Amino acid sequence: MAEQNGILLEVQDLHLTREDREILRGVDLQVARGSVHAVLGLNGSGKSTLAYTLMGCGGYTPDAGTIVLDGVEITRLGITERAKQGLTLAWQEPARFEGLTVARYLSLGMKWPDMARIRQALEAVALNPATYLGRYVDESLSGGERKRVELASIYAMQAKLAILDEPDSGIDALSLDDIARLIHQMAEEGTTVLLISHRDEVVAIADAASLICEGRILDTGDPARICNRYTGCCRPCEHTELVEEGVAYERL
Amino acid sequence: MSASKAALHAARQAQPASDFEAILRAYERSGGNPDFLKSSKIASLIISGNKVLGVNRLPGISAEAEALPDGVKIALAIAPGARFENPIHLCFGVIPAEGVQRILVDFEIGAGAEVEFMAHCTFPNAMKVQHIMEGKIHIGPGATMRYKETHYHGESGGVEVLPRAQVTVDEGGKYFTEFNLSKGRVGRMEFDYVVDVSAHGLAELTAKALGYEDDEIVVRETIRLNGEYARGMAKSRIAVRDRARSEVYGTTEGNAPFARGHVDCIEIVRGRAIANAVPVVKVTDDRAMVTHEAAIGTVGKKELETLMARGLDEEAAVDVIVRGMLGE
Repeated sequence: MAEQNGILLEVQDLHLTREDREILRGVDLQVARGSVHAVLGLNGSGKSTLAYTLMGCGGYTPDAGTIVLDGVEITRLGITERAKQGLTLAWQEPARFEGLTVARYLSLGMKWPDMARIRQALEAVALNPATYLGRYVDESLSGGERKRVELASIYAMQAKLAILDEPDSGIDALSLDDIARLIHQMAEEGTTVLLISHRDEVVAIADAASLICEGRILDTGDPARICNRYTGCCRPCEHTELVEEGVAYERL
Repeated sequence: MSASKAALHAARQAQPASDFEAILRAYERSGGNPDFLKSSKIASLIISGNKVLGVNRLPGISAEAEALPDGVKIALAIAPGARFENPIHLCFGVIPAEGVQRILVDFEIGAGAEVEFMAHCTFPNAMKVQHIMEGKIHIGPGATMRYKETHYHGESGGVEVLPRAQVTVDEGGKYFTEFNLSKGRVGRMEFDYVVDVSAHGLAELTAKALGYEDDEIVVRETIRLNGEYARGMAKSRIAVRDRARSEVYGTTEGNAPFARGHVDCIEIVRGRAIANAVPVVKVTDDRAMVTHEAAIGTVGKKELETLMARGLDEEAAVDVIVRGMLGE
């Protein structure tokens, strides 16, 4: 485990409603500095909504609750201001940019753009800089290549906290090792990682994990224990139906 | 140095230093490298107002330039089968604040030849300048022509630019053109290219422009795929903000068996700017196929937020996206 020195991210009682539906129902979450912290949950449990809300994306302004990053409350800050405070996000399906080269794209998030660091970032996601620096971040990249470029850009940025939303989706199984290596490298270089996934295999990368269900964090602790609870309870659970029938969360 | 090159050198030396140096400086501001215009190894043509300041021909290139009262008439021919190590560099400019420049060009690309042109049109001091380009281009069988034109209009918006061309692509010929007006103000631009493509021929037209304040941009791209297996794409990338306006008319006709065409238009609108896109697809042969896509609107939310999540403010993020789209 990377060195931990207090809490970097503290989320308290976060609520968010979209289109008349309460998606986050009082999220409480603490992420230790220097750690890789996984948030594990089924599709529709509120994982990505939590990521967008933490990043301050448009349409994701919380109804209530607070988000504190490194001692600074960022709940009402815009995306840019949050990024300047050291927070960033890798989207599950990254955007594409016509005419923007990989080299330029990676440099955009860097305080002091440095070609050596850009090359290192590409190598960290197993992309050959000689091949990819001049490629465009557009439709010409495959889904897997685009995803790797996104992770490289996050790595190059050296943020305090990087939220990685389903970093393994769209990437072949062999690449999972590359991603794990990258995430640990990020943590070792001082970037705390909030890893969001529905795949329990990914949680093995983490130092700590939280289980999210129906917009609430139900449990936080050792990744193996959280994983067991997830595979044992969540996967066979038809929770949405159960909730609709009035069955309590304690069922988990 | 050959006699003709010595004559050219002497002619350049004889020009008032201000004319030649001024156009070189303007050329550089539009993104060109003045060394190319000075090199005897690179074919080039330099025109300021209605003056021909320099012509450098290489074997395989025939170029004649005739001064008109308000411009220059150019006849340029590429010998059949000719190939060149470097692009041919063209520089057109008007240095004074006011003036008209009419450029009449007649390009003849011989069968099987391959040639690339890099043209820079620069009007750095323009307050009231009209630049009219009327082109007639013939691409012979199996020949390939690439033409990239970049404009710099200064910051006053006092330029009216009217590039028009009639292009004929013979069987198996290829024509690629890219027009870029994204440095400085546009002023008023009306771009109008019509291309007729024969069997197995190819035409790709790209127009890119960035308009602001009260700039006006009109792009008309027409590709007629007249021979079997002819292919064509009319592409435009336009960004407007403030009170600028843009209208894009991309037309592709499939008039022969197995012709394939596509119209691809993206316009980004900010502020009180207005953009119109009219993609027209027409098919007169039931074995031809022409498709189109047009997107007009503001910058995509995810693209914007991705860059903002890297620490860019909204304005800078939009600029990165627009500049990328315009190929800068």
